[in-house]
Amino acid sequence: MTETQDEMSCKELVELVTDYVEGALSASDRDRFESHVSECPPCEEYLEQMKLTLRLTGELAEDAIDPMARDRLLAAFRDWKTG
Amino acid sequence: MSALAPEDAELLGRLRGGEEEAFATLVDRYQTALIRVATKYVRDPVAAADVAQETWIGFIDSLDRFEGRCSLQTWLFRILFNKAQSRVQRDRRIVPFSTLVSDETSASFSAVDPTRFTTGGDAAADGHWLSAPPSWKTDPSEILEQKDAVELVERAIGELPEAQGTVMILRDVEGWSSEEVCNALEITPTNQRVLLHRARTRVRRALSERYGDGT
Ligand SMILES: [Zn+2]
Repeated sequence: MTETQDEMSCKELVELVTDYVEGALSASDRDRFESHVSECPPCEEYLEQMKLTLRLTGELAEDAIDPMARDRLLAAFRDWKTG
Repeated sequence: MSALAPEDAELLGRLRGGEEEAFATLVDRYQTALIRVATKYVRDPVAAADVAQETWIGFIDSLDRFEGRCSLQTWLFRILFNKAQSRVQRDRRIVPFSTLVSDETSASFSAVDPTRFTTGGDAAADGHWLSAPPSWKTDPSEILEQKDAVELVERAIGELPEAQGTVMILRDVEGWSSEEVCNALEITPTNQRVLLHRARTRVRRALSERYGDGT
């Protein structure tokens, strides 16, 4: 296989952000991605905004559980055990 | 032959033995995720809570016949999808998950409006930002502190198409691995990544509408 050494464009990069963050790029594409980001402040910014988006999304996880629903479920489990 | 991981095998033993503590641990771990995912399908939060409740009842009822061919987590979410599906059918909106996946992955998609990039026919110069997406007006550490930023993300996820929303909830809210998501949703790693990419891009764009120029 021939390795493409073409420079990655900004337009291409924004479609590969997830593959990059997920570690799903080939070694050569990862290199092209990283060398582009290191030389292109707008794309660096875009990548940072995506990472910030993910951190914000992670904060949703802290929702509380409705205690009444929880009690009903535990009661259902006890019924099953004794039933 | 069961392929259960040791932790799951141990947990299953405790559940079958009627150990309430073990069940409570599972409820605490998965209840918010179940409701969040259910909301993608049934829309209204009360119905979503009902679906989660039905899921747990289905899970309890199936404990004795569970064969351990998948993880307890995958099993629980398969029950959820079945319950959500039958709820949706009652409302006469029948779309199998596999159809959602193929629709949502094959629709054309651009992370950024293509007109934001140069096109002139010179391959070496094409595809660069015409004008850079502006930095977000608010400092990232401040954005992270803002309750309404989190609410904005919540709304944006609520507006995602079902399959994209489901993948993003499980990966980025609940912290599942891509393998766990592929197993529970029975999708390929490639489709998982395409859905995740589209979802994350849309949520980033929602933030950009608020803190940037909507790029
Ligand atoms: Zn760039």
